[in-house]
Amino acid sequence: MKIIVCVKQVPEVTEVKIDPKTNTLIREGVPSIVNPFDEIAVEEAVRLKEKHGGEVTVITMGPPQARQALLRCLAMGADKGILLTDRAFAGSDTWATAYTLAQAIKKMEYDLILCGARAIDGDTAQVGPELAENLGITPITYVKKVEIDTEKKRITVHRETEEGYEVIESRLPVLLTAIKGLNEPRIPALREIMLAKKKEIKELNLASIGGEPQSYGLSGSFTEVVRIFTPKQRGGGIIIKEEDPAVAAKKLAQLLLEEPIIKKLREKVK
Amino acid sequence: MIRVIVDKCTGCKVCVSICPFGAAEVVNEKAQITATCNLCGACEKSCPAQAIIIERPKRAEINLAEYKGVWVYAEQSEGKIKNVALELLSEGRKLADKLGQELAAVLIGKNVSNLSDTLIAHGADKVYLIENELLERYNSDAYTTLLTAVISQYKPSIVLYGATLNGRDLAPRVAARLRVGLTADCTGLDITDDGLLLQTRPAFGGNIMAQILSRYTRPQMATVRPNVMKRAPPDPSRKGEVIRVEANINPRIIRAKVVNVVREVSEGVNLEEADIIVSCGRGIGKPENIPVVEALAKTLNAALGCSRPVVDENWLPHMHQVGQTGKTVAPKLYIAVGISGMIQHLVGMQTSDIIVAINKDPDAPILKIANYGVVGDLFKIVPELEKELRKGLRGD
Repeated sequence: MKIIVCVKQVPEVTEVKIDPKTNTLIREGVPSIVNPFDEIAVEEAVRLKEKHGGEVTVITMGPPQARQALLRCLAMGADKGILLTDRAFAGSDTWATAYTLAQAIKKMEYDLILCGARAIDGDTAQVGPELAENLGITPITYVKKVEIDTEKKRITVHRETEEGYEVIESRLPVLLTAIKGLNEPRIPALREIMLAKKKEIKELNLASIGGEPQSYGLSGSFTEVVRIFTPKQRGGGIIIKEEDPAVAAKKLAQLLLEEPIIKKLREKVK
Repeated sequence: MIRVIVDKCTGCKVCVSICPFGAAEVVNEKAQITATCNLCGACEKSCPAQAIIIERPKRAEINLAEYKGVWVYAEQSEGKIKNVALELLSEGRKLADKLGQELAAVLIGKNVSNLSDTLIAHGADKVYLIENELLERYNSDAYTTLLTAVISQYKPSIVLYGATLNGRDLAPRVAARLRVGLTADCTGLDITDDGLLLQTRPAFGGNIMAQILSRYTRPQMATVRPNVMKRAPPDPSRKGEVIRVEANINPRIIRAKVVNVVREVSEGVNLEEADIIVSCGRGIGKPENIPVVEALAKTLNAALGCSRPVVDENWLPHMHQVGQTGKTVAPKLYIAVGISGMIQHLVGMQTSDIIVAINKDPDAPILKIANYGVVGDLFKIVPELEKELRKGLRGD
């Protein structure tokens, strides 16, 4: 089994704070992590390798410091890393990101590609399916269970739906996007972290994956961010502090019964 | 490429404070842009000295005027139109009227033609109807192929999808096949003065908002968050045209097959489509206490949500989880019971219209963003609240 996992380095959203004076994000000193959904994808790949044998390659596109994210994945048990880094890749939207990853991946052998269902910063959930289309394989999204028959080269997965899940079968290769519940990613021990530094990380740039510069980055993107702004901050609500919980509950109920959505509900139940 | 015109830069640091990616710094009183720059353009627009320039490549013009009309993908499940599709028809109607163009719905399924009238009553001028035996349930491969074909044939200017699980599976595949731009999970749509679709969406869990255009590709496509757009009442007297589209599917294109469907939740608890969500956190203490919040949810016809610890402790399955590694929701009313409001939870619900928090800790972060907060013991307050609301709603 040859497995490729696509990962993204993201800022730890929990550490992002809003500057109360300028109303903008304070990004200084915010640590970078491997996108949590991508860690689930890496964990699944490593477990499949442990069960069926094979090789796990992690690939990321990003600035040179995205190497840190690859090191983490190597410490989790991946075998090789690929860092796609070039100034020409900057400003990529989901299409340009998927195109760039596909340019590198289509030269590789694989039975399975795993991605996180979405990244916690951009939260688009688009790169996985767009990458699959670029490679001409089928994506199966929101996967929470994977079983592989390596002899028959078939895969069975559970895909989350709004009501429960679907059981989906397909021939390999496919691309899966992982959600929470698929597994609990391991936390690598110090020994693994040290060993990871000896594993191979190949760096690829535009010249090494080929193609026209205008297909990449900002110029290869079909969407364009024209404005970024900070939404109005919430706050200044009514806080009820009462000794008697029954009085507090009554006050809250009265406030809620005046809300349009509850009034609408009252019409409906009557 | 991004450039700082050193002679113009005054070292004022406006770029440093505005950059959402932490990529601007001022060294020796001159701005520098580091490798983490995402070319979003925030600094370029805010620089008082106009010292930052992003060089944007010129594009080959395609014949954009060929593309006309606003389309809504009318997602249905088991013969029922999703609420979000009706919301999108109301919003799509406004966009189409601004452009002076038609609004159409695309309806895909097996024996679904009876739904066309509903779509027309909700604003569609046309319904493109694609029916086939193989389309009873959503199938990613088949739906992608058929929708791509009908878009290529009729060339709409805009296509909108609900940002449901299936909508967010289908839209990126169609976008990639057509090689067009797609914006995810929008919360605002408008038409610019030059007739482009202006798409507004939250990023970083709603900490910043981005406005996005797809200038050079058609159709302009977006997925839209359920429960955000206002749904207008239907007009049964509206007339529209139903256009039946050939749905020839070679079964071989279906590479991934749904072989079984497992239902785990009863109807009406779909978090993404719920108007009201009652959510519980670690404060609930043990799984035996969940009926306390369930009762409140039932009284309000609400969906049951929870924060991460509740799922980690196996008190509720993951499909109930709201937050960074769960679902992002924006109901009209969100009631957080025993949830302290860690940022991971807040990013999943802070765009809700009204937030209510019940927590014993007066310093809990959730109380800072709540419209109404109660400090106290949830086990005493929630049953009383349920009783009062039941009385107010149903008079018993």
